[in-house]
Amino acid sequence: MLAELERLYQQALSELDAVTDAQALQAWRVRHLGRKAPLMQAFGRMREVPAEERPRVGRRINELRDALQQAYEAKAEALRQAELARALQEERLDVTLPGRPRPYGRLHPTTRTIREIVRIFQSMGFQVFTSREVETDEYNFQLLNIPPHHPARDMQDTFYVATPGVQADETPPVVLRTHTSPGQIHAMRRYAAQDPDNPPPIRVVLPGMVFRYEQITTRSEIQFTQVEGLAVGRHITFSDLKGTLTEWARRMFGPQVRTRFRPSYFPFTEPSVEMDVECFLCGGQGCPVCKYTGWLEVLGAGMVHPVVLRNGGYDPERYSGFAFGMGPERITMLRHGIQDIRHFWRNDARFLEQF
Amino acid sequence: MKVPVSWLKDYVDIPLTVEDLARLLTSLGLEVEAVHYVGLPRPADATRLDFKVSGLGWEPDKIVVAEVREVLPHPNADRLVLARVFDGEQEHQVVTGAPNLFAYKGQGPLTPPLKVAYAREGATLLDPYNPGQTLRLKRRKIRGIPSYSMVCSEKELGISDEHEGIIVLDPDAPTGTPLADYMGDAVLDIAITPNMARALGIIGVAREVAAALNLPLRLPDTAVVMEGPPIAGRAAVRITDPEANPRFAVGLIEDVTLGPSPYEIQRRLKLAGMRPINNIVDATNYVMLEWGEPLHAFDYDILVQRADGQPPTIITRRAQPGERLTTLDGETRDLPPYAVLVTDTAGPLSIAGVMGGAESEVRATTRRVLLEAAVWDPITIRRVSKALKLTTEAAYRYQRGVHPALVMPALQRALDLMRRWAGGVVAQGVVDVYPRPARDTVNRIHPRDLSRLLGLDLPAATIADLLRRLDFRVRPLDDGRLEVTTPPHRLDIGEGVVGLADLAEEVARLYGYDRIPATRLADELPPYIGLDRPQREAAIKDALVNLGLQEVVTYRLTAPEREARATVSGQPRPDDAYVRLVNPIAHDRRVLRQSLLPNLLEVAERNARFVRRQALFEMGPVFLPRAEGLLPDEPQRLALLLTGPREEPFWAGAAADDMDFFDLKGVLETLARVLHLPEPLRFEPGEHPSLHPGKTARVWLGAAEWGFVGELHPEVKARYDFGPAAVLVAELDACALRDALPDRYALQPVPQFPPVIEDLAFVVDEAVPAAEVEAAIRAGGGAYVRSVVLFDVYRGPSLPAGKKSLAYRLAYQAPDRTLSDKDAARIRKKIVKRVARAVGGTLRG
Repeated sequence: MLAELERLYQQALSELDAVTDAQALQAWRVRHLGRKAPLMQAFGRMREVPAEERPRVGRRINELRDALQQAYEAKAEALRQAELARALQEERLDVTLPGRPRPYGRLHPTTRTIREIVRIFQSMGFQVFTSREVETDEYNFQLLNIPPHHPARDMQDTFYVATPGVQADETPPVVLRTHTSPGQIHAMRRYAAQDPDNPPPIRVVLPGMVFRYEQITTRSEIQFTQVEGLAVGRHITFSDLKGTLTEWARRMFGPQVRTRFRPSYFPFTEPSVEMDVECFLCGGQGCPVCKYTGWLEVLGAGMVHPVVLRNGGYDPERYSGFAFGMGPERITMLRHGIQDIRHFWRNDARFLEQF
Repeated sequence: MKVPVSWLKDYVDIPLTVEDLARLLTSLGLEVEAVHYVGLPRPADATRLDFKVSGLGWEPDKIVVAEVREVLPHPNADRLVLARVFDGEQEHQVVTGAPNLFAYKGQGPLTPPLKVAYAREGATLLDPYNPGQTLRLKRRKIRGIPSYSMVCSEKELGISDEHEGIIVLDPDAPTGTPLADYMGDAVLDIAITPNMARALGIIGVAREVAAALNLPLRLPDTAVVMEGPPIAGRAAVRITDPEANPRFAVGLIEDVTLGPSPYEIQRRLKLAGMRPINNIVDATNYVMLEWGEPLHAFDYDILVQRADGQPPTIITRRAQPGERLTTLDGETRDLPPYAVLVTDTAGPLSIAGVMGGAESEVRATTRRVLLEAAVWDPITIRRVSKALKLTTEAAYRYQRGVHPALVMPALQRALDLMRRWAGGVVAQGVVDVYPRPARDTVNRIHPRDLSRLLGLDLPAATIADLLRRLDFRVRPLDDGRLEVTTPPHRLDIGEGVVGLADLAEEVARLYGYDRIPATRLADELPPYIGLDRPQREAAIKDALVNLGLQEVVTYRLTAPEREARATVSGQPRPDDAYVRLVNPIAHDRRVLRQSLLPNLLEVAERNARFVRRQALFEMGPVFLPRAEGLLPDEPQRLALLLTGPREEPFWAGAAADDMDFFDLKGVLETLARVLHLPEPLRFEPGEHPSLHPGKTARVWLGAAEWGFVGELHPEVKARYDFGPAAVLVAELDACALRDALPDRYALQPVPQFPPVIEDLAFVVDEAVPAAEVEAAIRAGGGAYVRSVVLFDVYRGPSLPAGKKSLAYRLAYQAPDRTLSDKDAARIRKKIVKRVARAVGGTLRG
């Protein structure tokens, strides 16, 4: 009997070799490992074996059955792997097909640049202060040390707002602010109100829209934004101005960037400066963006004029301060090589989508 | 201001290249914007220069002073001549068409010869027909006569645009000398800021350079030989308004012969941007450019004639009503009452400080000149100049302030130049009326005060030295302070704290801004005073961006028609209903907007030509006039716009549906949720002049109306160039939203026990709003109802007419236990009862 079983075993193995799919494997299993399989029935036939042989034969039958079972499992796994491999092969994608587009929102480039500028100053203790866009002549000019008929008014062409009762030849008392500087007065007065005899120190940045009476061209706009800054305290110096703005430039344009300060003129600061940064596009070597000078004009600044301090409620004998102003559109244009300022308010999707 | 370097060097020896001089001036606050080379070598490499570069460096070996010895006719052309030119080495034959040589044609050898600018073969010159380009002189034949060199006009050398005639140099020009050595120059174009009025004369610029380099300033000699009969009794001056006219002086020169000025003077005037007229007018302009004090020359004989043969009296006064004057540009002008005039007994002579009159100006026949040097009130000059739209060199200087102390040196200098250029005899003495002598400011400053402002400790001696270089008088006081007296050519130094700041700038400027240290702010930090608006606005924008919307920023300025286009009626409101500009730059940008919606529609319309899906928002102010007060309200608004397919086109699956009302409503609901508004938004049917009456909701934020959301009215949409997709818009009160953002919000505990989920569908009348059904469900189920999600709205044959079925997926939950089937049944029963009572709904079987 054992010889017959050995033969059946060999036959089962060779049949298993020929099995190539799950169905055949199942049939094989029924045939060779099922209840009616000869090997399974062999235990019932132990009577035919002499008693002293039985333990050996029984052990052998168990061995053969376990071997078949293992062979079966190995085969099943092999078939599953083959099937998986085939399926994976069939499911293969063309990964070069385009992905599913996701809608994505963006901030306007001006908002982005303003935030970047403001964030740097916030990290130096400046707070954001905003103020109105339609201003009185008093706030936009007079309190900033620009009296009527001052030649500095020529530096800022102004939109005037119609005010009932004002004659045609009078200077109208209401303007679209030509700069964010009126915010300096608003901020100083708001802070000074905290303690008029001993006003607290101030560090504010004032981002906002300003307006100029200009033809709209690739270089000039009737509205643009500014970020103004103001620091007032008892020990604020011109060297603080230099240090603060140099630090800002390094954080904004890169740690290596060099700055340069030149005397300038603004009626509301004295001394006044302009700060240039080394052209970050060419590293100061000269390129079309910096007009081959190696430098980019980035901001105007100065020590707050004593008259302005006083108008804000701060005694210039005891307090000093610095102020600065810059143009986010200009900075955005320089950084991204934008040739035409009109893109900003035109809001062409093909422009905005690139940010 | 245009400053020829050669002229500047009359007053200070400058040991710098032109480029370094330009850099120095810029570092002093006199920004050199451009340098025009007129003979001096132009830098080969224009990079890393802070100014624009133009013009031509003259090659020393190719362009020289030469002499024209004879002018002969051209054998083949009437309009050309042949010049015999000696260039110091040999004689050349030059073919030229210069009209100013024609007078010498066939005159035989010229004695003395004419001195000219001669360009040898191969010389590089400016191409007179291609601005900015150069050309090289090549050998060629002109009408059969060989030509290889030329006598130059000013245009080929970059001196002016004069191209008709050739340059005729002054007779003392040394033949054979390189022209660049004789008169090579460069013109600095300096932007003069209003505080730098003192640099509106070349001496003023020279003083800054001398101070910076610590070199002496060499002022021109203003002594004048006065040999004529005294002026006293022959001219009088009366000032009626010393405020408007602090000083007025006249001098007299007789027996002058009008003619051209020396070529060197004409060249300088041209380089400085002025047109040479004649030797008398040129002297006034030359001195104005030199000192910064404008002058005016009258024909004295005409004044005498106007005074009926009597000695003239000059009277300065305000204009009288209806007064007119023909100015020397030939225009007859109405004079505003605040204008100040120079008059005589017969009437106005000139508009003071702005422009002279035609009648009394000097002319070819003038023999006697009365020369005026005066100072005028800057504000008056500015107003008059603006009102008459008349910007002259004189007005430009006067409105920035001219120091009265400049009157005398300028007057004497000009009389002397006239005497030298036009001959004649200067009358002895001048008439000088000076009712308001200038008081030069005095400041007492301590080095401590300067270091408080500058953060730079300079010893008193250094400060004194720096200021003295700029001609301040400085006297040390016993208490360590310096008494600093402003020099009598500056009006820009104040007193007290202002004077201190002004002097701090002078010290810092001369010391060098770049040498001042850079320090970090060490001062006390300011208190927080509750400036949280910008942060809140940023949070709203960020939420909208996260919801997939693109921020736009549009013009604040618009027109009533533009806003009307976005309404069904299309009727613009009158301009007066808006904040309106007095001086708009364009008719369609003449008022300030009152809504963000029209701008957003215009942006979407422009973009609709090339993008189908748009999701936009703008947050910004609108401007609403107020009955009281000067200034309008500027409330912040938030506008949103959606249009086009819900998703971008993709290669798999069907094209997405277009967005509808509920897409935009969903944006608002999500916005409210992610911003943690304390109450959910409420939507109720509403109407809006721009929107579809059946697809518009009024939105409530708590108890306050927040704005509206809806689909653009088809009539409005048709006015814009949109595709077929619906355009969904909303305009909301951004201030209310900003103020509704909570400072903090509490979280709900995460449930410990599983919810019971069940679906209930209610059949209700078509007219019942879904919001009421949901409210009834929530009221009925009470605190157990954790969520209510409408997942289907059905209308159809299986329902009675006029009914709809709303299917909800509900989640019931208790915080402390798992709800049983029995609990759920009880909650359901209450809900069903409540829905039946509140909205007449029945549970759909």
